[in-house]
Amino acid sequence: MPIDKIFKDDASEEKGERARMASFIGAMAVADLVKSTLGPKGMDKILQSTGRGHSVTVTNDGATILKSLHIDNPAAKVLVDISKVQDDEVGDGTTSVVVLAGELLREAEKLVTSKIHPMTIIAGYRMAAECAREALLKRVIDNKENAEKFRSDLMKIAMTTLCSKILSQDKEHFAEMAVDAVFRLKGSTNLEAIQIIKKPGGSLRDSFLDEGFILDKKIGIGQPKRIENAKILVANTAMDTDKVKIYGARVRVDSMTKVAEIEGAEKEKMKDKVKKILGHGINCFVNRQLIYNFPEELFADAGVLAIEHADFEGIERLGLVTGGEIASTFDNPESVKLGHCKLIEEIMIGEDKLIHFSGVAMGQACSIVLRGASHHVLDEAERSLHDALCVLSQTVNDSRVLLGGGWPEMVMAKEVDELARKTAGKKSHAIEAFSRALVAIPTTIADNAGLDSAELVAQLRAEHHNEGCNAGIDVISGAVGDMEERGIYEAFKVKQAVLLSATEAAEMILRVDEIITCAPRRREDRM
Amino acid sequence: MALAFDEFGRPFIILREQDQKTRLRGIDAQKANIAAGKAVARILRSSLGPKGMDKMLQGPDGDVTISNDGATILEQMDVDNQIAKLMVELSRSQDYEIGDGTTGVVVMAGALLEQAERQLDRGIHPIRIAEGYETASRVAVEHLERIAQKFEFDVNNYEPLVQTCMTTLSSKIVNRCKRSLAEIAVKAVLAVADLERRDVNLDLIKVEGKVGGKLEDTELIYGILVDKDMSHPQMPKQIEDAHIAILTCPFEPPKPKTKHKVDIDTVEKFETLRKQEQQYFDEMVQKCKDVGATLVICQWGFDDEANHLLMHRNLPAVRWVGGVELELIAIATGGRIVPRFQELTPEKLGKAGMVREKSFGTTKERMLYIEHCANSKAVTIFIRGGNKMMIEETKRSIHDALCVARNLIRNNSIVYGGGAAEITCSLAVDAAGDKYPGVEQYAIRAFAEALDSVPMALAENSGLQPIETLSAVKSQQIKENIPFYGIDCNDVGTNDMREQNVFETLIGKQQQILLATQVVKMILKIDDVISNSEY
Repeated sequence: MPIDKIFKDDASEEKGERARMASFIGAMAVADLVKSTLGPKGMDKILQSTGRGHSVTVTNDGATILKSLHIDNPAAKVLVDISKVQDDEVGDGTTSVVVLAGELLREAEKLVTSKIHPMTIIAGYRMAAECAREALLKRVIDNKENAEKFRSDLMKIAMTTLCSKILSQDKEHFAEMAVDAVFRLKGSTNLEAIQIIKKPGGSLRDSFLDEGFILDKKIGIGQPKRIENAKILVANTAMDTDKVKIYGARVRVDSMTKVAEIEGAEKEKMKDKVKKILGHGINCFVNRQLIYNFPEELFADAGVLAIEHADFEGIERLGLVTGGEIASTFDNPESVKLGHCKLIEEIMIGEDKLIHFSGVAMGQACSIVLRGASHHVLDEAERSLHDALCVLSQTVNDSRVLLGGGWPEMVMAKEVDELARKTAGKKSHAIEAFSRALVAIPTTIADNAGLDSAELVAQLRAEHHNEGCNAGIDVISGAVGDMEERGIYEAFKVKQAVLLSATEAAEMILRVDEIITCAPRRREDRM
Repeated sequence: MALAFDEFGRPFIILREQDQKTRLRGIDAQKANIAAGKAVARILRSSLGPKGMDKMLQGPDGDVTISNDGATILEQMDVDNQIAKLMVELSRSQDYEIGDGTTGVVVMAGALLEQAERQLDRGIHPIRIAEGYETASRVAVEHLERIAQKFEFDVNNYEPLVQTCMTTLSSKIVNRCKRSLAEIAVKAVLAVADLERRDVNLDLIKVEGKVGGKLEDTELIYGILVDKDMSHPQMPKQIEDAHIAILTCPFEPPKPKTKHKVDIDTVEKFETLRKQEQQYFDEMVQKCKDVGATLVICQWGFDDEANHLLMHRNLPAVRWVGGVELELIAIATGGRIVPRFQELTPEKLGKAGMVREKSFGTTKERMLYIEHCANSKAVTIFIRGGNKMMIEETKRSIHDALCVARNLIRNNSIVYGGGAAEITCSLAVDAAGDKYPGVEQYAIRAFAEALDSVPMALAENSGLQPIETLSAVKSQQIKENIPFYGIDCNDVGTNDMREQNVFETLIGKQQQILLATQVVKMILKIDDVISNSEY
């Protein structure tokens, strides 16, 4: 009597061809989903969340789209994962990596149906990926030495990144902003120092980069609205009722007078604290926690600007930019480092009042104020700008750049093709397939722009036959053109990450010959 | 069903609610069990060897695991059948004991079961088969001992160890950079190994992973990695020659464990209490400072005021460090874990040459490196990789490699891999079988045939003609009387496993054979399966 059931009831098992089929189809479905957002003329997607309010997101950022999907297919999950990692690591190319992995699997499927073993395909893909990377390395441009040229490289990269996003209308404006912001970072990749503030109203063109620091808070009533040569104390301390922290302490009194006395003592304590704070010789006090009316009044009396309830991030940033330390005790004013800035003033953006710190000690930080018609526009603008900032900050460290517009793919495809011709054995089919998958990216870009992709790619291929050619697809004019002249550049680091992680993901999915799905965990019935 | 009759011929019931149970008896029970065991082995069969395929497993919560590590696959498979669970246990015990060969042991057991089924059909009693297997396994283990070779290496020349680890890693998805990973694993093991006693405590090797970067960025840190950052954003990010105070008491006001109330009824009391509180914080920080600590690592949280005081007194601190990490830090830096501020003394401080904070990628991820520790026995392997699955799989692969290196240090006898050991055992067992009179002879021959199934699966997975290849290698072994010929999985062009540097540890192989035989014996001895029938 055969026992065919060794798993639990709802578990399923897929073997061999069927398993491979299931993962191919799942992965390709995901790739096709985001495919139409690729390139400067890519389309956007509307995502409606299932949560309360059914909030809507409009985006063409691959990582954002994939993150919001609820996917059941395990292979598809692998792709979602690589796009997330790409986002974390380099910030851009999240769509490209999924599309490339999808294409690699599509090619692999054809090879598998023509009876080539997946392991052979993997071996071929690996060789091809290595060769493609070499090809890119050979053609990189590095302008690290020449500051002016480097800046223009960065500008071009920023514009290339932004041109596929919602900001494409004002890409020069935003590219300038992004490059300026990144240059202020002076090589660090810590994007925290760049603060992005979103304020609905106005148009995208009204967005601006501010060299100082903007805090989205209000100044206490009756306090000066403008301070020059400010000395700032950044603090994280209780300014409401300074409780006794010793555990179990409580007030127990037996008469009204005593209550009054203790109240008085509390007030006195607060007064003391304020006095100590004022003893630092400051004229601006920023606290992370609430400031109650009483101390606020005391500050106002002393002519000190007090800002309450600046959140953690605000405080940390402020500490960073003004060079002050975040203080919680105030007993030795001589050793506490105060923050400095030239000018604090209240400014109006749209209808909101914000506090603006300018002329700060540390030049690293800056704020970008985004203006736009609606929250959706602003959210998408923030994502786009974030992508650009990520790419730029990575490029500052790894200054190698490449041309864009499908140029790197064609260069790689050419080299990989050469390799295929030289390789003996079944692997060469896989290598050839790799080059076909690479070409699929410019094809998709052209398709998305409504151009005749077959014609353009064929032209491109012919152009690339010449050594040292700079041809790529210029989507705006709809023709093949010189990418160097058009100023379409991409960061080498992004392209390399796309290539390597896509290959890795494809390999991972290819190696699978069996899918076992466990019985879903039973939920407690809450219905 | 089990029905018995009393002396008056009335039936009575032995099993409670017996009409709701299903029962299999005798040969049917054995057949059913064997089928279940075989089913499990069949799943793993295609994962064997350097060209083995992976399995994709979707867990009960929808999380995806991709692996070709036998123990992992079986563990995550969530099987329901009793016998299948036995097989899972089998692979797990191989994992605990040896750490490698978890797939091989299951495939071996499956093959033994398959052979047993054939013998059962011939009418041989299961106990006789079990006994035959037992005898055969003893022969095989002894034979392995005879052909085993000593494996020479020392601390300065660890190249042979690296080669072995590479063999282990070559069947994993990480084989792209097996060389560097193998080196990392060997260096890690050598760093913590006690070569005098031939012992390795793998607990001292911590394997950490973080998503992002390339597999090539994986590194070995002679020290500890803590996934935490400094408690105050403005504390120094790098400390040289750190003297570390390791605390398990919070920088917070004391919380006596007995229930109590402090009553405040006068202004004076209020004042004194306030003073005391401030003093308390001051004292805590001062104590740390007094003993000469330059870094505080604490298991608990800090009060805001305390945090600032620390910052103010230039005493960097890390909070919310987990208990395990704390212990590791204590071991590595030679410090003592101090539960109370009063007990801090300079001798209890740990020492590390360098402590630094490092940030990764575009998201704000920071890790704390503690390096050049006083007692450099603790090391950390820090894995980077494209995605979480990749990292998990790399972790498992590294674990396997570490185990192999450890086993070699414990006992440096080796046998050759690629099926060579199985083939020579098969020959030895087959020859030995002829000497045994009685029915066991058949069981012993069956055992020999089962041994062949491992190289057969290897050949199959590598895309070779299994029967042809196996018989070719077998005849070669007999002709030249050399037990080093195995299956050429990687298509190198030679069958000589010595040349290919493919070998396994002797204890690992012996364990595989013994464990597989034991489980099969256990399964064969079951002749009655009573289970609750469903519905």
